[in-house]
Formats: sequence, structure tokens, C-alpha cells
Amino acid sequence: MTDAGIVIVGAGQAGYQLAGALRDAGHQGRLVLIGDEAELPYQRPPLSKAFLSGTIGAEALTFQQPAHFESKGIDLRIGTRAERLDRAGRKLILADGSHIGYDKLVLATGAANRALPGAEGIGGIHSIRTIADARAIRERLERSKNAVVIGGGFLGLEFAAVAREWGLAVSIIEAGPRLMGRAISQPMAEAFRAHHVALGSQLFLQAKVRRLIAEAGEISAVELDDGILLPADLVVVGIGVEPHVALARDAGLDCDNGIVVDGRLATSDPAIFALGDCAVFPSRFALQPSRLESIQNAMDQARHLAAVLTGKPASYDAVPWFWSDQGGAKLQIAGLAQGTDREVLRGDGAEMKFSVFCYRGDRLVAVESVNRPADHMAARRLLTAGLSPTPEQAADPGFDLKSLFVAAQPAA
Amino acid sequence: MKITVDMDKCIGAGLCVVAAPKVFAQNDDDGLVIVLDENPPADQHEAVREAARLCPALVIHLQDDND
Repeated sequence: MTDAGIVIVGAGQAGYQLAGALRDAGHQGRLVLIGDEAELPYQRPPLSKAFLSGTIGAEALTFQQPAHFESKGIDLRIGTRAERLDRAGRKLILADGSHIGYDKLVLATGAANRALPGAEGIGGIHSIRTIADARAIRERLERSKNAVVIGGGFLGLEFAAVAREWGLAVSIIEAGPRLMGRAISQPMAEAFRAHHVALGSQLFLQAKVRRLIAEAGEISAVELDDGILLPADLVVVGIGVEPHVALARDAGLDCDNGIVVDGRLATSDPAIFALGDCAVFPSRFALQPSRLESIQNAMDQARHLAAVLTGKPASYDAVPWFWSDQGGAKLQIAGLAQGTDREVLRGDGAEMKFSVFCYRGDRLVAVESVNRPADHMAARRLLTAGLSPTPEQAADPGFDLKSLFVAAQPAA
Repeated sequence: MKITVDMDKCIGAGLCVVAAPKVFAQNDDDGLVIVLDENPPADQHEAVREAARLCPALVIHLQDDND
């Protein structure tokens, strides 16, 4: 490898973790970490949770101070936008026209929140992705009375729970028939619907926004398709994301709702890799190559890619898991509930302390747990080992799930 | 330094164990954090601070005495 070393584009969770993991794995060459935000690398999950609650400040989100990056020999360049890729010349061209050579390039470019059509130019309509977004919302929370959440996914629902803590009236608008529709099973979605109603939010399912009404450039109401008019002085939009693929696509790399990579996380150019929110990768836990937006995915792929780039190639094989915290209800998900045909409940639904075991045929493919962390931890292990309890075992809270993986271990 | 953790919010990510294995462990059953040493010695403080910063659920709280 020449002095050009490894260049990472994107200083979010995946890029930050990868830089550190590369040094830990023994990469001694040049290492450049480029981020387009002006902030030092920070973690995003608390933005829609503790940061909005007001319990922590922005400084608690910063991973490390500049001295740390210097001591690790990581050339951190924040406020720097990558403009174009010159694959033939192995150069990354920056927005200011300068360029950086590379031996290996890693795209950790993340994703952007999808914008709500018709929202341009209206004040008080926000999304949550960056510290700047969350700061703007927190400032609004202090002086708003009526929040409207557009999109009943994790992000919108986490915000809704916080807005209720702040005492705002909250309306949640979801286009689908249930909350978190793409991510979780019907029984869990129903439990969270009831939970948000109990927290005091008003829910509108199978509802669509017809019109955003502004007064003097500020949002004043949201009109639904059926004519219902919801007063609003703060709107938070959580209607999914679009991966940042422009850099890869313009350079001719394979893209399909993300940057396509193989099990080593290599793109169609063997000198270029991708990971985190922007990467579409093959997985035995998914029916087709998938793109996952989660902390687990960012950190496990960072560790994996660090091994690949330091000469220990293997196929990425970590079990996906997710979590969400919504007004005291801790939702943990292990696996991916794709193509499932049977759902088995374990625990007490009325107490918001239960799990849903999701099967495809006889095979356990996902477990969703609310306030039952032991089920979640057992599920991560069962899925990793490819073990499935019978539906009868899963439904019996007296059955010890751990006995399955203990039994599966070869005798010493 | 005094460590407290918010168990209700812990998600068992395990990053604290990677950052400071002498101070944090995970419960074998539910993956939740176990604090092995609530008052860790000075040579562990930097690792503990890293663990607190890396925790995606921000459940590790540190009270610094003048160390």
C-alpha cells in the first residue's frame, strides 16, 4: 500500500467507528476521515430522545475531542464536502477543488431524511437527522403548543413521546394502517398504538396530508385528506430516508436503493467499500440484499470492514438488531421480520411487557420485545446460531430459551 | 469517579464492555450492563469516559471528583 492510505467519506457513527477500529486492527498507514457537517463526530440516536427531552446537551453527544484524533493519527476533516470520485486516478475531489489520493476508499455517506412535498419555505417544519435539526426542534418545543408528527415510524414516535413530556398536544399522522408498519408485527404495532394513546397523543392512521397551511411564513395547521384540520406550530416529518449515493452513482458504481456491496462490503470497484446506512449488503437474515439504518449495523460493519482492510477478509454475518425508546417503553428487535407467516406472543401484552416471535415457516426470523430484555438477548443468540424454538416453547414464558443454545453446544 | 447507570434505558449494545472491560460487564441473561467497579481507579477513567460517550442509549453517568 502506498502513502495514499485509506480515506473514509462520512464521519457519522459508521465512519467514526471504522477509523478507530482500523487503528485498533493495526492499520498504520495514512487515515483520513471526512465529514460534511461542521461538528466533531457525534452520535445521533439520542437526538430524538434524551437531547430533545432536555436532559443532556450537545457536548454529551460528541464522541471525542480533536486531540484524540491527532493521537490516533486520524486526519479528521470536518466541514468538508466530497464532490466527485476519480476512480481511474484514485482521487477524491473535494468541494473546494482540492483532491485526496487513496489506496482504499470507504463510503460511509449515510442517508438523508425524505423531505415533505410542499414544505419548502414554511417555518416550523422540521426533521431529525443532525444536531442542528435537533437544536431547532428543541428551541421550538419550548414555545409551541400543538405538534403534528407526519409519519408513524421510530423517529416520529420517539419525538411524539418527548413532545408529550413537554406538554404539547400531539397528533400523529400515518399513511399506513398501523404504526411502524415496515418494521414490526401487527401485535407489537397495536400495543404501541395503545401506548401512544395512553401518553395522550391523537392518532390518525391511513391518513394523508392534503395541505400545509401557513400564516406569515410559519406553519399554522395541517389539513388531512378527509378535511380534518389540525392546528400546528411545530411539525416533525419522519417519512423515511434516501441513502446518499450520488458520489458512488456518478462514479459508475452499482447502486440499487443504496450502494451495492458484497459480503466483504466491497463495491463493484475493488478499491472502494461502503458501510452503514448507505450500503446494500447480502445477509442470511434477509430475503434479499438489504440496507439497514441502525447503530448495530454501523458498528458491526465498522469492525468487520476494519478486519477486511487489514488483511482478514471474511463475510459479514452479524445478526441485525434495533431499538427504540418511546415514553418509557423500550422496544428491542432482533432479526428481520420479512416474509413471516406466524407470530407467537410471549409475556403480558396488557402490561407492555411481552415479546412477539416471528416465524417464516418453522424458522424463527425475528423477535420484537418491549420491556423484556432477556427475550431480546436470547433472540440475538438464537438467530446467530440459527436455532428456532417451537412456537409452543416460544409462547411458554416458563420455558427457558437459553436451554436451546446450551443444548446445541457440543459436549466438551 | 463514581459511576451510576440507568438500567431502564440500557439496551445491551455492549459497547461499554469493549471500551472498559475491567469496569463493565453484561448480564448473561438480558445483556444489560453490570458495573464491576463503581469507583474505578484512575488508570481506568479514560476508558470509562469512552464507554459513557459510546453508549448509544446514554445510560452511563459519571460523577467526577477532582482526579
